[in-house]
Amino acid sequence: MSLLTIDNINKAFGGVKAINNVSFELPRGQLLALLGPNGAGKSTCFNMLNGQLKPDSGSIKLEGVELVGRHPRQIWNEGVGRTFQISATFGSLTVLENLQMVLLSRDKKLFRLWTPAASYYKKEALVLLDQVGMADQADRACSVLAYGDVKRVELAMALAHDPKLLLMDEPTAGMAPKERNQLVMLVKKMVIDRNLSVLFTEHSMDVVFEHADRMIVFARGELIADGSADDIRNDPKVREVYFGSGKSFEAA
Amino acid sequence: MTLSGLLVQLLNGLVDASSLFLVASGLSLIFGVTRIMNFAHGSFYMLGVYVAYTFVSHMGESVGGFWVAIILSSLVVALLGALIEIVILRRVYRAPELFQLLATFSLVLILQDLALFIWGPEDLFGPRAPGLTGSIEILGRNFPQYNLVMIVIGPAVLGILWLLLNKTRWGVLIRAATQDREMVSTLGVNQAWLFTSVFALGCFLAGLGGALQEPRIPANLALDLESIGTAFVVVVVGGMGSIPGAFLAALLIAEVKALCIALGTLHIFGIDFPMSKMTLVAEFLIMAIILVIRPWGLLGKPQAAARNDHSAEPPLRPSLPIFKWCTAALVLALLLVPVFEETFPYAQIILVEIFIAVLFAASLHFVMGPGGMHSFGHAAYFGLGAYGAAILVVTWKLPMELALVAGPLLAVLGALVFGWFSVRLSGVYLAMLTFAFAQIVWSIVYQWDDVTGGSNGIFGVWPSDWLSSTTALYYLTLSIMLAGILILRRILFAPFGLAIRAARDSDLRADAIGVDVKRVQWVAFVVAGLFGGIAGAIYVFSKGGISPEAIGVGRSIDGLVMVLLGGVQTLFGPIVGASIFTWLHDSVARETDYWKAVLGMIILLIVLLFPAGIVGTLSHLWHWVKHHILLQTKKEEASK
Repeated sequence: MSLLTIDNINKAFGGVKAINNVSFELPRGQLLALLGPNGAGKSTCFNMLNGQLKPDSGSIKLEGVELVGRHPRQIWNEGVGRTFQISATFGSLTVLENLQMVLLSRDKKLFRLWTPAASYYKKEALVLLDQVGMADQADRACSVLAYGDVKRVELAMALAHDPKLLLMDEPTAGMAPKERNQLVMLVKKMVIDRNLSVLFTEHSMDVVFEHADRMIVFARGELIADGSADDIRNDPKVREVYFGSGKSFEAA
Repeated sequence: MTLSGLLVQLLNGLVDASSLFLVASGLSLIFGVTRIMNFAHGSFYMLGVYVAYTFVSHMGESVGGFWVAIILSSLVVALLGALIEIVILRRVYRAPELFQLLATFSLVLILQDLALFIWGPEDLFGPRAPGLTGSIEILGRNFPQYNLVMIVIGPAVLGILWLLLNKTRWGVLIRAATQDREMVSTLGVNQAWLFTSVFALGCFLAGLGGALQEPRIPANLALDLESIGTAFVVVVVGGMGSIPGAFLAALLIAEVKALCIALGTLHIFGIDFPMSKMTLVAEFLIMAIILVIRPWGLLGKPQAAARNDHSAEPPLRPSLPIFKWCTAALVLALLLVPVFEETFPYAQIILVEIFIAVLFAASLHFVMGPGGMHSFGHAAYFGLGAYGAAILVVTWKLPMELALVAGPLLAVLGALVFGWFSVRLSGVYLAMLTFAFAQIVWSIVYQWDDVTGGSNGIFGVWPSDWLSSTTALYYLTLSIMLAGILILRRILFAPFGLAIRAARDSDLRADAIGVDVKRVQWVAFVVAGLFGGIAGAIYVFSKGGISPEAIGVGRSIDGLVMVLLGGVQTLFGPIVGASIFTWLHDSVARETDYWKAVLGMIILLIVLLFPAGIVGTLSHLWHWVKHHILLQTKKEEASK
């Protein structure tokens, strides 16, 4: 059975159908890229998966558990981690404390009022930071980090509660080309080591074609292609969406 | 209640609606364009009444002279407003919201003392409007002619404003700026003068609202805060920036208040509800309800999320050993103070006051610093704790020790209710709602004579015998303050402290890692309420009683100033701020009648020059010196 099953979801904003009858599945241990030009419905789809938007109809199931109508918080509890297009971390906390926050939240210990937080999960947090190569900056405030480093901290946070599914909205936006490859290779390693499933949107095509196991393409709210790198490269519909049909340049 | 009585009350409601609308429309206009919630708007209204008193007394004997005097007064107020905008407000448009609110509040204090200086402390009754001194008969009851004119003026001004905003180029610019300031400035519009002109128009309306009241009410120094409270309510209920919304809200609120008065005392389930005394409560209840079900008001539009400039705050670190030793030495010194009673007889009394202020400021800092929620009504918890303890001792005859514990529980109860609503909002709206709740507490205390002693308050609340000496009370207050500070500090370093700072930094991320942000903030509210309540309870025993003045807006603002004076970004800041503030208050207030103006200047100084507060500025300075000296020595080493 697939980890994530999306069945006929729809979402309209006023008269605009942002997502129109979209269905797809994501098996365990797969790195799935979600592609499409601006306005294709990628972000809308993402926001429905993590509970920030509610689909008008359809169902989203994680291992058979319905996610539609759930709060982002509850979806996280079901084992879905996520990173944002513009990284969101806690700027006034240190890198280590950012990780400790996630672990405290995982074990429902946030309302403890007495024992200092510094004594909780220090080792575990450092192990997680080590995986993304941020252990040596554990004591710095998140607000003073370079943007690429913030992205890595965010990834470590998203992975801290050992999710089954990781949602990444443009994970390499704003990063230098070298850093991009490192980050995606890191994610790819998690996919293999932990049998993690990842769904991500991305504008950098070399990242996508080099690392993604499979890709799906959206256009005008509809899913128009689904397959391997070669399938997508040669798909006439995808070519039309990205390059046009060529008719507009024909002599009248 | 008779039909004619009801009708007259409803007509009175229309009169009030008109004057409310004049003040609120100006406030709404200013907020719409400049995004500043102008606390001083009530002060411009008050100045309108005073200036009109002077002008009408001199030239208002003829009908024409009277109306010229009214318009002249409004123009004077508008001119003053424009001047203040150019000199002060232009410098705070880019400052964080909290600083903007405080800057305008400093104007309240300064303008009030200005009025005190020019017109003196006595209520001034002005002459009535010539030609309109009589009354007409409505269903057998007399209704003043002047009130009829008032009823007409409200809708007339609404019409003129509508024409101004919809049919002139300037009006189009104002409407455009209300929707998107950045866009308007990229189109080459001189924003500075647009803002100044809007501010002047807003002040003109406030001044006109005040001037028109001149024949009806005496000019007095309480008018500013009285009117700003209601004007806030009207603007929030109507929708910030919406003029028709302000009109609708003014009508709604004025008529609900009129109905309350018309209803008199209601008997429900054998309990008497003096509705006519519930007008203030009714007004703020309407606002609380609207804010919760439709946070952007009746005719307003949802505003963009408030700016959060907190992420620049450095992480909390455990204290250095040297700091711990200094603190220990300070505590030791405080313990020894009573030994020197002979030399400094007054020291213990002022220190008790400081300890209470420190605890109050620390509890406020907890919710506004790490919690990131700018409460403009922290006095509510102070007041609930104080009145809780006082009522338990005086009415229920409980011993002091028990009251000191049980009193603050009332504050906790208040924080549970108010906090639940408040955490659903953020930014200016949260500030307004907390302000509204504090006003509700204040008005209940002020109007519920049987239980709270009304305006007189409750007196004769003295400590138990073993604590009645100055020294015993000194040690009690010192230990409660120290325990309070240590517990609050402990909580900030605990997982919960991490959680509230995290929720403040990014609610998006907090949500995405399973944190229930609203619940975390709610609990933070309750913790702050508890310690604010404890400060209130101990205050009662140190003063021997409590009265409504001690728990009013002033207390909330004092708390904010203490926290900002010390520096909101440090834990030690509020302690320093509260101590210096209380000491300053004590020493300056004895020397001058114009303490408020001094306080206002201090606030302006903080806002304009030292936004990091005393501790923050010192710590910046220390880092700067350290950095430069280090650099210097390194350079020297390198040259060798």
